[in-house]
Amino acid sequence: MSSPVPAPAPIPTPTDVEGETVVGEQAESPWRRFLSDFFESRIAVAGLVVFVFLILAALFAPYVTPQNPYDLMQISIMDGRLPPGTQGEMIHYWLGTDDQGRDMLSGIFYGLRTSLGVGAASTVIALFIGGAIGLIAAYFGGRVDAMIMRVADLQLSFPAILIALILVSILGQGVEKIIIALVAVQWAYYARTIRGTALVERRKEYVEAATCLALSHRRIVFRHLLPNCTPPLIVVGTVQVAHAISLEATLSFLGIGLPITEPSLGLLIKNGFDYMLSGDYWISFYPGVALLITIVSINLVGDQLRDVLNPRLKR
Amino acid sequence: MLVFTIRRLMQSVIVLFVMSLIVFIGIYAVGNPVDILINPEADIAEQEATIRRLGLDRPLWSQYFSFLNSALYGDLGTSFVHNEPALELIFERLPATLEIAVGAVGLAIVIGIPAGMVAGLRPDSLIGKTIMSGSILGFSLPTFWVGLMLIMLFAVMLGWLPASGRGDTVDLFGVPVSFLTWDGLTHILLPAFNLALFKMSLVIRLSRAGTREVMLQDYVKFSRAKGLSESRVILVHVLKNILIPVVTVLGLELGNVIAFAVVTETVFAWPGIGKLLIDSIGLLDRPVVVAYLLLTVTMFILINFVVDVLYSVLDPRVRLGDMKS
Repeated sequence: MSSPVPAPAPIPTPTDVEGETVVGEQAESPWRRFLSDFFESRIAVAGLVVFVFLILAALFAPYVTPQNPYDLMQISIMDGRLPPGTQGEMIHYWLGTDDQGRDMLSGIFYGLRTSLGVGAASTVIALFIGGAIGLIAAYFGGRVDAMIMRVADLQLSFPAILIALILVSILGQGVEKIIIALVAVQWAYYARTIRGTALVERRKEYVEAATCLALSHRRIVFRHLLPNCTPPLIVVGTVQVAHAISLEATLSFLGIGLPITEPSLGLLIKNGFDYMLSGDYWISFYPGVALLITIVSINLVGDQLRDVLNPRLKR
Repeated sequence: MLVFTIRRLMQSVIVLFVMSLIVFIGIYAVGNPVDILINPEADIAEQEATIRRLGLDRPLWSQYFSFLNSALYGDLGTSFVHNEPALELIFERLPATLEIAVGAVGLAIVIGIPAGMVAGLRPDSLIGKTIMSGSILGFSLPTFWVGLMLIMLFAVMLGWLPASGRGDTVDLFGVPVSFLTWDGLTHILLPAFNLALFKMSLVIRLSRAGTREVMLQDYVKFSRAKGLSESRVILVHVLKNILIPVVTVLGLELGNVIAFAVVTETVFAWPGIGKLLIDSIGLLDRPVVVAYLLLTVTMFILINFVVDVLYSVLDPRVRLGDMKS
């Protein structure tokens, strides 16, 4: 689906898309209220803690793992397919080894790195592109709006996996190609979300005031409209990271996602799948558990963010 | 009404054309099938003969137009690998996919509606909360992972059900089906359940919301006041009224189920069109990939068209809004 993607104009606001810091650094009280609201739910805090731990594990994988599973000097083929808890020649294999003798725990940490990286990168890019397109559609309205939204609706009428399959079979394998496919699948969600909010916001007085001051379109859109449209975008973005990771894992599991040089969790699961029927469950099982924990923890955080940032639920 | 239908139809045709162009150019620009299909030991003359036979020497636009022309006659090229018409290959596998798709939707209804009704009748009880948490998991867990866990539990650890394949089939009106033999039935159970999970979660949510809404209606109070038994009120009066949205949504979702069958079929080695697609992508068997994608896209465009027209019949605002823009 080739959508008319105008180059997103430079965005001057320091919008930190990933984190939750957007809501209000300028004023102390809303930021603090947001935090105390967020920490009210114990399960969401648990999700956040797990998620932060996973990010740290992914970031510092080379420093904390017992071996680098992709350095041939460090692995021994003689240690292949050892069950969890085996003492190997050099290290203790807490989660066993795969068919190449790689430590599963280290493999999972490295896989997490790829999975989280691809998920986060595609979400951030899609958020910027989709957000800019949606904002433009809402601000200018009329024909531009109708055009953009028709394309978005059309794309959303196909299931994400079908779009991803088409793109992947067209683009082939590779990290950047998977990211392109994931961005193409996701942008429409952001475009629709921000358009919905922006349509409400642009009727408000402050936009009218800005227009009366004869400010440029770009300034009104990005300095005035955008900051007020971000909360729903953050919520959708958080949940979409989980979707992106899940979709990438699915594609990699099907063997049409990431190449074997960039093993993600999905690829680890695929590698172990061949040995599952012979009873060597751990090669597939533990990467699957890691994937599961990642997705569930992100969803817990996203759910709580939605509740906290939804003004209708404010007490 | 007629104007609306014609406009939507034209729009669908344009979308189909654009999609065919994207798919064709995209697929035919990837890789070089000559390297894969021709014996590396073949001499230049043999290679060129094969290239000419497959039409790979002509310019891309010419390949596309001859492709489009023959596509209109129902010929989507011949598989490089199987040496069979691509469309035939797909139609051969289609019954298997339809079988698990229908099985999945069936399971989603049979398990989802009662579970959703229980959750709707007792929203604060332990069982209601468990069902709702289960439906959240059904939404967020990747299908392939659940499939793996099912295989691990039921095929490897317990050894109750087979992990892959279709089992014995019998011909029903000339089409091989699995569900009529015991062996086939054991084979279909896991993949159908796996494919059903997502839809099941959807049905649970819909029927829970429906039940909670319907229980407050006057006719439920009235039938209770009339002295009908609680089971009759729930199983006849409530059930009938929550079925409408559930059936509508599931009808729309059938296309989705077929698209998602790609994952389930790969996990369970179920010989349907999804597995054919993944195998063909791996082998760079482009006619089959193109045929699959075009067929699925056509199916979706058709479903969307029918739904749009039906909605405009049910709700005139849709078509009036469209006229204005």
